[in-house]
Amino acid sequence: MVGKTEARVELQGVSIYYNKLQVIKNVSLTLPSKEITAIIGPSGSGKSTLLRAINRMNDHIQGMRIEGLVSMDGQNIYGEKVDVVALRRRIGMVFQRPNPFPKSIYDNVTYGPKLHGKISKTELDVLVEKSLRQAALWDEVKDRLNSSGLDLSGGQQQRLCIARSLAVEPQILLMDEPASALDPAATAKIEDLMLKLKQDLTVVIVTHNMQQAARVSDKTAFLLSGELVEFDVTKKLFTAPRDKRTDDYISGKMG
Amino acid sequence: MPTQQKLVIAAGYTVLILTVAIFVFLAHQSWPFFAEHADLSFVTGDRWLPVSFPPSFQIKGFLVSTLLITGVAVLLGCPLGVISAISLAELLPRQVGLVVRSLFEITAGIPSVVFGFLGLRIVAPYVARVFGLQTGLTGFSAGVVLSVMILPTLVSLAEEALRAVPREYAQASYALGATRWQTIWRVIVPSARGGIAAAILLAIGRAIGETMTVLMVAGGRLTTPGSIFDPMRTLTALIASEVKNAARNSAQYHALFAAGLVLFVITFAVNALAAAVIVGGKGRRSS
Ligand SMILES: Nc1ncnc2c1ncn2[C@@H]1O[C@H](COP(=O)(O)OP(=O)(O)O)[C@@H](O)[C@H]1O
Ligand SMILES: [Mg+2]
Repeated sequence: MVGKTEARVELQGVSIYYNKLQVIKNVSLTLPSKEITAIIGPSGSGKSTLLRAINRMNDHIQGMRIEGLVSMDGQNIYGEKVDVVALRRRIGMVFQRPNPFPKSIYDNVTYGPKLHGKISKTELDVLVEKSLRQAALWDEVKDRLNSSGLDLSGGQQQRLCIARSLAVEPQILLMDEPASALDPAATAKIEDLMLKLKQDLTVVIVTHNMQQAARVSDKTAFLLSGELVEFDVTKKLFTAPRDKRTDDYISGKMG
Repeated sequence: MPTQQKLVIAAGYTVLILTVAIFVFLAHQSWPFFAEHADLSFVTGDRWLPVSFPPSFQIKGFLVSTLLITGVAVLLGCPLGVISAISLAELLPRQVGLVVRSLFEITAGIPSVVFGFLGLRIVAPYVARVFGLQTGLTGFSAGVVLSVMILPTLVSLAEEALRAVPREYAQASYALGATRWQTIWRVIVPSARGGIAAAILLAIGRAIGETMTVLMVAGGRLTTPGSIFDPMRTLTALIASEVKNAARNSAQYHALFAAGLVLFVITFAVNALAAAVIVGGKGRRSS
């Protein structure tokens, strides 16, 4: 597939409204391919909204309106002819609270691939193992693929959700505070995992945990009240922020 | 303990005691019958001859009729009810949903004698014409009317079950590239299947217990029907039509109570199964 290695996402002058309320204000940024970009900022600053603009999950919210351009490999993803289903196959998403389906581990992983046409059982088996290995969950669940995804621990559930996303072989993985509901050990596992994943795909992680952003990301975007205050190489943003507000936020002078 | 909680517990015990009391009453009133007919012919035999010499009281025909009519009601009503519930929970705009929901509520409030009347005057003649029958007063016609009567219960309970499915499941599905239909059929409906099953069971219970409509629409043959297009009489219709003519403490009187006991046991079993499904489903989800 052309562009498989590219997966460049660009936002140009993006504004997002929920009815009258503008929650994203003229944001422009380019997500580097096969790197981890962190979006940080206080609660309510629009991080989730911005993330959901990339796979058009905001489309499901009544009264949402978006201005500006979001493009993937040069193609406007809000264009008239865009197939949202196909778009979401290329852009996976992991949510704040682990949300495995009340189905078996196996069926959770095969859910996505099965949506998009017939696949043989052998191919599915291969895909399940590959995805669970990629999500560093295989060894823990390989003997109980038929037990419910809900029977796993929180951290395992989140890795199952990651495996479920990976099974459709996306080029981009969006993660909305994927570790905020997890304990430190489970969080560390997810962070390790992200570092491995970026060998194959582009990762965007929303987090309000600045240490986490500093640990895992290559670039960081600081969002405040819907405004992109600063977007830079992570190390630079955390050691030598250009904007006073960034400095205040990372040094904890802001909520 | 807060007063409110005490009241709920008190109400629960009252219902429990009442249920037991009804069972004891039915058992007591039918005891003289069972004392004399201590064999299964009561439910396997086809002769209900209350005024013959000697009289015979066998209820297979009524049992079969009850099952057949309930079967028709469920086969017709369930697909319609579940699809309505899905539409209400997932598809219809809010305003339209409100209208549809109040239509179902109005349906629930229509007295069953009115349904019986509509069945008698509209459904039965229509069924007779379409299927070329001598009379439209058949089990099938009664089943058709009942299928509409069970909809309100079915739809509101099934909708509730669908709405209780966490939105996160649907979101995960959409994010994986599922369409709305795929999300509904592959995630939302399967996640709600326990609640939907309970809704169907409670609707079955309602269909089994319905009396006036079947009395008016199903016809009145007392023997086991050969087909769903025969006239027939259910257990409820049997009891309703004969109990006022049976002399107190006569053999017929006790036999009717025996029939009532059978009916009670069946509906109790169906409702208990529904309760078990609901409780079982809740237990699993919270684990
Ligand atoms: N579905 C919604 N409808 C209306 N307003 C919303 C919705 N979701 C979020 N908002 C509002 O948009 C703003 C940004 O929210 P969000 O993107 O969730 O921020 P963050 O993820 O940074 O906490 C908040 O003011 C929030 O109240
Ligand atoms: Mg958020």
